[in-house]
Amino acid sequence: MKVLDRKKMIAVNGALLALLAASLLACALIGPVAIDLKRALADFFSPDAEILFRARLPRVLLGAAIGGGMAACGVVLQAMLRNPLACPQMLGVSGGASLGGILGMIFFPHWLLPLAGGLLGEVSWVPLAAFLGALLSMGLVYRLALFHGRLHPYHLLLTGVIFNSFVAALIMFLNSIVDFYQAQGLLFWLMGNLSTRAYPTVAFIAAYIAAGFLWLWSHGLRFNLITLGEEAALQLGVEVASVERQAFVATSLMIGAMVSVSGMIGFVGLMVPHVMRLLVGSDHRLLLPASFLAGAIFLCWADTLARVLLAPAELPVGIVTAFFGGPFFIYLLYREGRRLPV
Amino acid sequence: MSAALEVEDLLFAYGPRRVLDRVSLAIQKGEMIGVLGPNGSGKTTLLKILSGVLAARGAVRLAGRPIEAYSRNELSRIIAVVPQESEIHFPFTAAEIVLMARASHHERLALEGAADLDAARRSMAATDTESLADRWVHELSGGEKQRVMIARALAQEAEILLMDEPAAFLDLKHQLGVFDLMRRLNRERKLTVVAALHDLNLAALFFPRLVLLENGRIHRDGAPEEVLTEDTIRQVYGVEVRVERPEPQRRPHIFIRP
Repeated sequence: MKVLDRKKMIAVNGALLALLAASLLACALIGPVAIDLKRALADFFSPDAEILFRARLPRVLLGAAIGGGMAACGVVLQAMLRNPLACPQMLGVSGGASLGGILGMIFFPHWLLPLAGGLLGEVSWVPLAAFLGALLSMGLVYRLALFHGRLHPYHLLLTGVIFNSFVAALIMFLNSIVDFYQAQGLLFWLMGNLSTRAYPTVAFIAAYIAAGFLWLWSHGLRFNLITLGEEAALQLGVEVASVERQAFVATSLMIGAMVSVSGMIGFVGLMVPHVMRLLVGSDHRLLLPASFLAGAIFLCWADTLARVLLAPAELPVGIVTAFFGGPFFIYLLYREGRRLPV
Repeated sequence: MSAALEVEDLLFAYGPRRVLDRVSLAIQKGEMIGVLGPNGSGKTTLLKILSGVLAARGAVRLAGRPIEAYSRNELSRIIAVVPQESEIHFPFTAAEIVLMARASHHERLALEGAADLDAARRSMAATDTESLADRWVHELSGGEKQRVMIARALAQEAEILLMDEPAAFLDLKHQLGVFDLMRRLNRERKLTVVAALHDLNLAALFFPRLVLLENGRIHRDGAPEEVLTEDTIRQVYGVEVRVERPEPQRRPHIFIRP
């Protein structure tokens, strides 16, 4: 009888963690401008250090955090909605965040937020506008999908998808009434990118994602039971309604925060959970951390490709995730697909 | 002493259709009860209310306490359920499915311990599913899957076992195996067993008490020879049958008259 044990947990997570550390370092060193790690570490004021610590490192860290967060949210949404097609882009909050960000960019494009009273500089307020949009849409979707005190998976899925289509229409409308130059900027933001951020933003997002992820992970065992359906989960001792409500709020807050800084980076949240399920199994106590680490590694490399493929120009990272992730996923499905329940 | 599980004046309706209509039933500790009735007579609904996943008007008491007063975790350690059908959306092995029964027994951040693995092994041995342990549940046949679900319910180590047509997908050998297992659990482990059943003859052979439902009401409740008569089967199922009581058990046996 093969079961999940401590040895497998440590081996899988340890290997992925080592791979992530190597990826973070490699991706920070790769770029259109070659840098020398020794020189960067020896002299903090060298151009090498400037590029490594101010331009590349925050971006690589942000990519890892968002890749991990998206993958973890994807795992939980697929379990909770009992739907292998569920992904973070389906929850409604992503649409709300996009709309909030777009409105911020159109109407107050020059607003800046002082960090720590201006001591740490200023950042664009667009992420904050997007996060407010995410919060509002989360409240709205939650309210609309709530029937008799509980979030029904189908209601939640339908409400989220329809809300997102509606918001997409609003965004297209806004995009068609602004001038050409502005429309180009909106489109680039919408396609998702991880352009360099200030460390405080990265730290804020990373803390958010870490807290959300730890909460989700602590419920890993319950998500196993929830995949068996509401009745089975209830009979095996899970307070399904309460876990689902909390998981909705946790994933929504995480997705809202992520979309706010990086736009809609698709595919990570859909694909990574499936790949990891095929590789490490469906037990969420292992699947969640493994998907988090794999998502972090994947987005790290995808963003590096986005930076170097057309250097000095940059591709939106969403294009890279879909372009390389899609065929790999199809290949894996073709080879291992018989293991999936129909 | 109060009954192990007791319902009083249950009323349950889906819209205007009354699925259960003033049903009262007291299940004593250690009893073995077969619930019979045509399709749509309310068997499944009754079991769901007994397990606490459906709420109905009327009272449901577990060991004298209202069932709503228990947490899900407590309930799952007292009542185990084998559902009619099970949803499997993601790849899990049979062993993983059986171990899920232990979720309420260990700390939620911990992995299963020796006691959990032991409970899983024993219940898989009892249901003849050890050889399926590492196979994907969604690749098993209907009968194999059903036995894995029974193993899961046993691994909960509960006092009350509710089964919704546990033999529905099984061949003759495994059908008898499940009925035999229910009787053994009842006799040896003093498990209280309540099962919704379709096969009247097997029900009469193995269950000392039968409850016959008709349109959400209890038509007859008692020993097999009181419940399964030519009259009751005509009234409830609308079918003419001949009932005999062959030796040696002298339990009623139904012959269909074509």
